[in-house]
Amino acid sequence: MRWRNTGTGLLWISPWIVGFACFTILPLALGAWYSMTDWTLLEAPIPVGTENYERLLGDQVVHVALWNTLVYIVITIPLLTVASIALAILLSRPARFQAFWRVAVFAPSVLPLVALATIFKLMYDGDLGVVNRGLDAVGVQGPEWFASETWAMVAIILMNLWVVGPAMVIYLASLRDVPRDLNEAASIDGVNWWGRLVHVTLPMISPVILFNVIIGLINAAQVFVVPYIMTGGGPNRGTYFWSMYVYDAAFRYGDMGYASTLGIVQFLAILLLTIGLLLVGRRFVFYRGAMP
Amino acid sequence: MSLAMTSPTRTGRGVLYLALALCALVALFPVLYMGMISLQPAEQAMSDAGMLLPASPASAASHGAANYGSVLTDGTVDFPLYFRNTLVIALLSVTGVVVSSVIVAYGFARVSWRGRGACFLVMLATMMIPFPVIMVPLFVIFRSLGWIGTFLPLWVPAWFGSAFSIFLLRQFYMTIPRELDESARLDGCGHAGILLRILVPLSLPAILVVALLHFMFVWNDFLGPLVFLTHRDQYTLALGLELYMSRLGTTPWNLLMAASTIMVAPVLLLFLLAQRSFIEGISTSGTKG
Repeated sequence: MRWRNTGTGLLWISPWIVGFACFTILPLALGAWYSMTDWTLLEAPIPVGTENYERLLGDQVVHVALWNTLVYIVITIPLLTVASIALAILLSRPARFQAFWRVAVFAPSVLPLVALATIFKLMYDGDLGVVNRGLDAVGVQGPEWFASETWAMVAIILMNLWVVGPAMVIYLASLRDVPRDLNEAASIDGVNWWGRLVHVTLPMISPVILFNVIIGLINAAQVFVVPYIMTGGGPNRGTYFWSMYVYDAAFRYGDMGYASTLGIVQFLAILLLTIGLLLVGRRFVFYRGAMP
Repeated sequence: MSLAMTSPTRTGRGVLYLALALCALVALFPVLYMGMISLQPAEQAMSDAGMLLPASPASAASHGAANYGSVLTDGTVDFPLYFRNTLVIALLSVTGVVVSSVIVAYGFARVSWRGRGACFLVMLATMMIPFPVIMVPLFVIFRSLGWIGTFLPLWVPAWFGSAFSIFLLRQFYMTIPRELDESARLDGCGHAGILLRILVPLSLPAILVVALLHFMFVWNDFLGPLVFLTHRDQYTLALGLELYMSRLGTTPWNLLMAASTIMVAPVLLLFLLAQRSFIEGISTSGTKG
């Protein structure tokens, strides 16, 4: 009976199976093969073994792109986590016009990144930009954001604060599920606001934190559009990220073999980081169902 | 709610509303800024953008008309065409995602078969694969099909379902009581009948969310069109905006902001119209997973 059902089940999901085979498995397999070839699209790929991987180890641009991407991940994820949880807590308080506040805070997250990056490029502009004018007004001399590697990176990272929407609403939904009596009991025991946050609320939503951190990691590890528009990777490759190198290697230098190597390495790195996070997360995450 | 103060004082309320208003203002500022700059004359936008507000409503109207007119009639960057292209790709893609995901989600929610759970997990895992990882081999595949420089790579894959949409619909199907299936079966319905007569009508809100989220995804996509499109007359708005920015060079910001507004307006409007189901759809992805 179950075997006959298997046919029916597979038939129903067959569109996905075909798509999965053609647009996920096949590209990954081809990518693994191309990564071991020298190929400029002009003639057939020439197998070169692990040459591309060896080249990658000594490639200065890889070092820069890897470092920038790691810096970006390591700063962006905690920043986004704290910001989205704080906003979720703020927006979960009973208040008038609650729907309006939520929509307002969420709205920038639906904007096309190309447009958002264009707006921020103007806002960060050294002379015209509203950011430096605002800093001027309070007596601080703003930097030439895109002339310094550090400030350009800071500018790109800070822009992420405007796209916390999805993570924020997920936290918002999980806060709703924190049992009220737990907080009330703690409050009767004289635990203050901060104590309740750290000892009740955060442990209760920790599975969701882990989920959002993983999604954040996967997004941060492929950052492309915002630096591409805002800085073009500059100055001095100061905001040049891994995905930009994959793109450039393939479509600017026509080096499909090496670009595939960069893609495969990116895939493996994200896979390992995700698995690592899941393993580490298991120790810290509190699952309600799993109480002894 | 959980952290609500036990006895909200008057100052407490004041601080709360101040914080809410500040967050809303900061969040909306870039959009407001974009709108205001798009209504300024070039001299103002290029010299003292510190004066954010236009001189007068009349000046805003006339300069706004001039700026938007200039963007829409640009000789090299054809925004009306890019708008149409983006819309065509988005509609083909959204239709595909809805049709295929409605069907595939049924296989995951209502047919019980060996390996279903494992298959579902594999599908969820595919959401974790970033596009840059597979864009090079995908380019090669589409190139050998002769699809590079056409819209096909941007919408055909959608007809094979998207993991996120399938997941969302499957979660929604699971909330519909099975007794309804049983009674339909007694009335002589097969799987297709149950899907079309029971599940689809009852999950219209979820289908709407899937369509909306996917529409926005396609509308906002930059890297896909960048890799797969070659001719300027096939560009989407995302590419058009980037082209416009690189072509203008000296960056007349008032025109760039008008162009951005043209790209932003449809998604913002859609979001405002459907914000409720939209936000619910996204929170489903995190809390029921």
